[in-house]
Amino acid sequence: MADGASALAAAERQDRLEAWGGVALTVLSLAALWQGLHYLAGDSAIASLPATLRETWHLLSGPRYWPHFRETMSAFLWALLIAVTGGVGIGVALGGHRLSGEVAEPVLVALYSIPKVTLYPVVLLFFGIGLNAKIAFGALHGVIPVAIFAMNAVRNVNPTWLRTAATMNLGPLQTARHILVPATIPEIFSGLRIGLSLTLLGVMIGELFASQRGIGHLLMTSIEVHDVRRIMAVVLIVSVLAVTLNALMLAIDRRLHRRV
Amino acid sequence: MTKAAWIRLALLAAAIGGLEGACRAGWLPRTAIIPPTEMAAGGWRAVASGELNEDMAQTFSVVAIAIMVSLAGGFLVGFAIHGRPRLRRALDPFLGAYYAIPHFAFYPLLIVLFGLGPGPLIALAVMFGVVAMIVATMNGLDRVPRVLGKTAQVMRLTGTDELWRVRLPAALPHLFAGVKLAIAYSFIGVIAGEFILSTKGIGHAIAFAYDNFDARSMYGLILFVLLLVASVNLTLHTVEQRLIQRRSR
Repeated sequence: MADGASALAAAERQDRLEAWGGVALTVLSLAALWQGLHYLAGDSAIASLPATLRETWHLLSGPRYWPHFRETMSAFLWALLIAVTGGVGIGVALGGHRLSGEVAEPVLVALYSIPKVTLYPVVLLFFGIGLNAKIAFGALHGVIPVAIFAMNAVRNVNPTWLRTAATMNLGPLQTARHILVPATIPEIFSGLRIGLSLTLLGVMIGELFASQRGIGHLLMTSIEVHDVRRIMAVVLIVSVLAVTLNALMLAIDRRLHRRV
Repeated sequence: MTKAAWIRLALLAAAIGGLEGACRAGWLPRTAIIPPTEMAAGGWRAVASGELNEDMAQTFSVVAIAIMVSLAGGFLVGFAIHGRPRLRRALDPFLGAYYAIPHFAFYPLLIVLFGLGPGPLIALAVMFGVVAMIVATMNGLDRVPRVLGKTAQVMRLTGTDELWRVRLPAALPHLFAGVKLAIAYSFIGVIAGEFILSTKGIGHAIAFAYDNFDARSMYGLILFVLLLVASVNLTLHTVEQRLIQRRSR
């Protein structure tokens, strides 16, 4: 018995080791690819890895660029808050009522796959240039996947569990606490993960066009002065941030799905 | 049509009518939004006048190239990775995190690399679309039932015959999911790139109209793009449903 458990633990360790090895291999090959492209394309197109890292350190260490990062982060967090509350609200309402869900689903899917960037001028006209427009645009990107996932989560709750709850005379609050929430959380969380990535994307797109501050604005000013190192440093910061957030969410996601 | 579809149509009509009424009554600021009928008229005028022919030609040709590169490249790469399990395991974390990266942050870099023109737009759209096709190809090949491969063996099909007559047709509905995504992503990538920084194209025309306070052209073009992409997506969805149905028969 104890042997079996330790063998299982050893196998799990082995798995984890292999997963980390895969990550390390991916990072190494990306670095190699980067450096190779640098040698091929030259300094004026792709900055070398060490130069980019130095520039990244320069951007992050001094207080000069922090306002940009703070602007993007606050826009991102507000947009995320709106996308999550709005998306879960819409999704739960549509999932709970069959006909409304059927009416709304194709509309949501269509909204998901249109180029939302074309709507950015409309957002700008309503909110004016500034933080609010970025928040609105980020939330617009994030709210739809969250709503779609939440709707499916509520729809897929096993009806037997609900009937059991009725048999046990659970009140609506008790049903929500003991049945609906635990049954839907894993699926809703998967939606949050995708919504988070898309919200960040929306905020960044918003900053690339008609913006005076933020990481996207930093990118656009760097391209105007053709500062390749800074462009690459900003891209690196954004990518590392996005991938780290995603990995974190994915780890929680897997744990939630395993528990059920 | 189902009951839900009728309700959807009625709600859509009510929303458009409501917007029209609210705009005409002056409840919404005219500087922010114009009535839908004027949007449609603006869009029709912009498209019919021929002023946009060059922009449309540019956008559509770039989208078409991006779609072809994404589909062909994604399929070939996905097929190659699928045959190499070790490589696949190493790439898995990368593919899983890929769509978390905001690709448009790369657009300035692509402009530096390829210059201002169709090059960076194609690269951006392909970056966006090709990975969806890679992942769909691998998933599709994964889901080919093993019994089909065994049957092919029993019938002594050669490698290419097995691929053409068994594996690819069996994987087709899953591949098509990738095709659908790659096409939608190509449109998004190209139009967003044009919108952010470009000298030509429909996306640029929208940004240009916004900069010049030309609300009619702007809303007209937005409407045109959204209707166009929505109808492309709807067509693809119908084809996909048919493929799935044919298989379950």
